[in-house]
Amino acid sequence: MKISAVPYVALKALRRNTMRTLLTALGIIIGVGAVITMVGLGQGAGAEVEEQVNRLGQNVILVFPGERQLGGVSIGGGSANTLTVGDAIALREEIPEVVAASPEVRSQRVLVYGNRNWATPVYGQSHDYLQIRDWPIEDGRMFTEEEVGRAALVTVIGQTVVQELFEGSDPIGETVRVRGLPLEVIGVLAPKGMSLMGSVQDDLAIVPYTTGFQRISGRSHAMVINVQVYNEESMDIARAKITDLLRERHRLAPNQDNDFTIQTQEEVAQVATETSRVMTWLLASIASIALFVGGIGIMNVMLVSVTERTREVGLRLAVGAKGPDVLLQFLIEAVILCLLGGLGGILVGVVATEVIASYAGWPALFSIEAMVVAVGVSAAVGVFFGFYPAWKASRLDPIIALRRE
Amino acid sequence: MDVLELKGIERTYRTGTVEVKALRGVDLTVAEAEFLAIMGPSGSGKSTLMNILGCLDSPTAGQYLLNGRDVATLKRGQLAQIRNETLGFVFQAFHLLPRTTASENVELPLLYRDERLSWKQIRDRAREALEVVGLGDRLHHTPTELSGGQKQRVAIARALVTKPRVLLADEPTGNLDTRTSLEIIELIQRLNDEGLTILMVTHEPEIARFAERVVILRDGLLRSDRRRTPLRAADHLADWSEESEDAMDEALGDRMNTEITPPVEVGP
Repeated sequence: MKISAVPYVALKALRRNTMRTLLTALGIIIGVGAVITMVGLGQGAGAEVEEQVNRLGQNVILVFPGERQLGGVSIGGGSANTLTVGDAIALREEIPEVVAASPEVRSQRVLVYGNRNWATPVYGQSHDYLQIRDWPIEDGRMFTEEEVGRAALVTVIGQTVVQELFEGSDPIGETVRVRGLPLEVIGVLAPKGMSLMGSVQDDLAIVPYTTGFQRISGRSHAMVINVQVYNEESMDIARAKITDLLRERHRLAPNQDNDFTIQTQEEVAQVATETSRVMTWLLASIASIALFVGGIGIMNVMLVSVTERTREVGLRLAVGAKGPDVLLQFLIEAVILCLLGGLGGILVGVVATEVIASYAGWPALFSIEAMVVAVGVSAAVGVFFGFYPAWKASRLDPIIALRRE
Repeated sequence: MDVLELKGIERTYRTGTVEVKALRGVDLTVAEAEFLAIMGPSGSGKSTLMNILGCLDSPTAGQYLLNGRDVATLKRGQLAQIRNETLGFVFQAFHLLPRTTASENVELPLLYRDERLSWKQIRDRAREALEVVGLGDRLHHTPTELSGGQKQRVAIARALVTKPRVLLADEPTGNLDTRTSLEIIELIQRLNDEGLTILMVTHEPEIARFAERVVILRDGLLRSDRRRTPLRAADHLADWSEESEDAMDEALGDRMNTEITPPVEVGP
């Protein structure tokens, strides 16, 4: 048979029943559309997660107090009082790769301004904390090292606090009270949005850690030390040096476990991206069920079509079509149906992803690979589900086929 | 020269334990450019014979030589090629593809050719074939836009487009009125005059009267094989305007009755 006649004959046959062709392709359109949308959304969510991780700051290492063993019984991670302000200062001054280190203390406190009050976490941090977090000041200034040194009564507040206490009026220079302690607002942080865990990061007040430890939380040990390393290449060496330095400072014998835990931003990111990757796969698997159902729809319609077109097949066989010619024709019809559906599905998928992503506030990401795979899969679906009906058609006896009414 | 030669052709159908002998030893030789009508009552084996002649079915016993080749030795693919290149089929029910133009319907057999033809050659040959049957102005009409006679002409053009040696027509006028039947027969006679071998199955004696040779099949055996000078359909069409359709039917019928002698038994 003439090679270029194969798609020609298949297209003619599909055009003879436009409505049915469209409805059949719809199954594949929905299937491929769902796959593209789910993968697109999943990847968008993944990118969003990555961006949030980056918002933690660049080249950040977090040092947590380790599990404290009490007579062989762990009393919970992060609960130990093993990290001191001195540790943080030592990290910054003795390790050249460390450019900033901030001992953090956090306590939930009520901020009072005039007749308004607002409960918010108050963080004690060092003057270079915002540099670690890569967090710009929107208005005013951050406190200085000198202010940290003298435990100045100043605070930098987040956007949520500005809205709740000041209702949009300028808070710089105003005084808020925490447990009767007057704190002068010297700066307002730029909005940061949601954290990885979904909490609002803008709901906070930052004070010098000296003030935080002594006057506000009443604690003596850091809940975490935020460390920033010079560059990405230095992360591993910095990590080793931090471990050595802290073990030395904590006077740990070689056989003793660390009494602190070091986590890099990368590790946090890994967990988060792994989660979003699993979600993407889950969504894509569900969507591929739709594609599968669409494929069965194709098989169904092709089977009906073979029965309906028995006389046509009989005629083709009578005028010299060979079994393989008929097989190929029906197979190509199924593949063309699926490819049409695949292209339509890409269109639908792209639009759906854009719409959903714009509602969810994620970036919409499309990979060419996903589309190529989707079209490839739909062609494969065509071959797979089109083969049985096509084979049935090619096996028809022309005599019986021609007599069929 | 003989185009077709059947020797002792038998065809037995088995359905479960029941055996039906549709053909019980048919001998038939058809020379080039003959116009042969095969007649017989229903169940006489006409269709079975036609299927075997058309290489759509193979005999249980006997030998069928087409152009000197023993068909029994050919494989499925070779049979398909013979159907495409040597034979042309015309059916009672036309069997045109719906929602497909006349030209595309006629192109169909050429698509299954082994020989390499360009699209332009395919188009040109389809147009030529349609011009031969007088439908040069209906190339792009779909079957629903054509009359019964025109449909059968398209079907004949489809059979001719491969330039076959034998035209197999199975009740070609079965679905047509008398006037249109005459036009189709006139076309077939014209093709026959140009050297095409015609085998036509019909149960209408008045149609068989236009063939130069009539064989009658009964209970799977050839009972009669007669030659005579055929009527010319063109003559009848020329007279058409003066006679009503009914009169024509009667005239034809009368002539048949007077001219056809009861079939002679040629023995089992």
